[in-house]
Amino acid sequence: MIQVNGLIKDYGARRALNSITFDANQGEIVGFLGPNGAGKTTTMRILSGYMPPTDGSAIVAGYDIVEESLEVRRRVGYLPETVPLYTDMTALEYLKFMAELRHIPNAQDRAYETLEQVNLGDRAKSYIGNFSKGMRQRVGLAQALIHRPEVLILDEPTIGLDPAQVVEIRNVIKEIGKDRTVLLSTHILTEAQQICDRVLIINKGAIVAEDTPENLQSRLVGSQRAILRVRGDSDGLDATIKKVKGTRGIEVKDAETVEFEFSSGQDVRPQVAKAVVQAGYELTELRPVGMSLEEIFLELTQDNSAGKGQGSKS
Amino acid sequence: MRNIWTIAKKEYDHYFITPIAYIVAFVILLILGFLFTAVIQGATQGALYGYGTAPDITVVNWWFAFLLMFGTPALTMRLIADETKTGTIELLLTAPIRDYELIIGKWLGSFLFILTIIVASLVYPIVLNKFVTPGIDWKLVLSSYLGVVLVAASFLSLGVGISALFSNQIAAFFISLVTCLGLFFLIGIPANLMPAGGDFFNYMVMRTHFDNAFNAGKIDLSNIIYFVSLIALGLFTGTVAVEARRWN
Repeated sequence: MIQVNGLIKDYGARRALNSITFDANQGEIVGFLGPNGAGKTTTMRILSGYMPPTDGSAIVAGYDIVEESLEVRRRVGYLPETVPLYTDMTALEYLKFMAELRHIPNAQDRAYETLEQVNLGDRAKSYIGNFSKGMRQRVGLAQALIHRPEVLILDEPTIGLDPAQVVEIRNVIKEIGKDRTVLLSTHILTEAQQICDRVLIINKGAIVAEDTPENLQSRLVGSQRAILRVRGDSDGLDATIKKVKGTRGIEVKDAETVEFEFSSGQDVRPQVAKAVVQAGYELTELRPVGMSLEEIFLELTQDNSAGKGQGSKS
Repeated sequence: MRNIWTIAKKEYDHYFITPIAYIVAFVILLILGFLFTAVIQGATQGALYGYGTAPDITVVNWWFAFLLMFGTPALTMRLIADETKTGTIELLLTAPIRDYELIIGKWLGSFLFILTIIVASLVYPIVLNKFVTPGIDWKLVLSSYLGVVLVAASFLSLGVGISALFSNQIAAFFISLVTCLGLFFLIGIPANLMPAGGDFFNYMVMRTHFDNAFNAGKIDLSNIIYFVSLIALGLFTGTVAVEARRWN
């Protein structure tokens, strides 16, 4: 549904996008992560038909973004970073206007329906100027959804929402992502971890990593660590773990806790659990302590380590 | 066409919730009202002393065109500039509409609003007709009003084009005002200072096209072409400005 090939965008002498290539399929939610100025918004603006690239090409919903921009715009729902709203209109008037621009029959009914979808049905006739930031964000999302787009491009969709609203909107996005393509940028890395099937990490206009959040963790680190807790005396626990083939880097944290490392491709946790229980220890916890997406993000986007990730595509 | 109408309708409705539009309408109609009263009084006194001629609407409509010079920039200044400033331009430029549809829609919305004021001002010739025996020259009224409509359409078109060049409404207002003022009067000044070759500047003076043609009861193609060309120039400028914004 989205195929990006060698996209380049120059703003004067500054290159904002440096030949990025990626794709996103139907029924997939792809997260776009990167520090400020990395090129996320520029990419999204190009894919939504707001502006053309300097070079490269992209196909969105089967249409070329430059040659068939109108067709692309008919099929894309776009929520920009700064939510574009007419504050002197009611939510209903605003969405009706957007529906009419997209030639949707029964524009008013569709506007109501979409407001219900983002839980603003009861505020349909309120002026947007009186809305809270979270409500404005939801109206913005509603305009992106009004025409039931094949591709949804969302620039920071949950920014400014309260925790309950964040959950609601994430659920809406997940629901849409079941049968359509969603490309979203976010600074909330746990959000990417929770709702994205795949994550693209962009830095200085280039994609430095692309994979599922889980694979990024394991591919970047190459090995995983696990934490093991027992109740009571843990004397000799480290030796017991050491005996299990594939374990290494064993570290006693306190009287009841030991951390150990194992290769990503060889999960030895079941064997470790079995050995510990058989040795007579009362096992209370055994869980992975992998690198968080935050750590991966920092690792990949810090100046001295850009492009270091094994998941790198660029 | 449907997109143009959707945008025009939104803009037209928007004028009825903005104070500036009411101020423009109120001031224009108020001043025209005073002028109309003065025309009636002058004609009545003239008739009493036996030197008067039958009053017509052309004096009022000359001032109407003059006032539009100030009123139209106030109506067009925000049309694109405000969309750029608030970011809603991103919404419109990612909607499935062509750039020229956006510009024509904006222009049409403002034109319909001015047309509403023009229609409201028709009360003056209707009232005047009651005072004059055997009635006023309706062909002259039609011609004069066509001139006012074309002056308004031209000013609005140039205003929309200028609004697309700026993200600051005030800048758009003053540049539009200077452009309208320049086109209505000032562009003729160089012609008087030039020993030769001033024909172009003389031709460009809008006041001449309005005064000597439409407001004198003469409707001819060359004057219509002059106004239509100005409307096209404004709409073209706006479209190019929006297109350029995409590329920049």
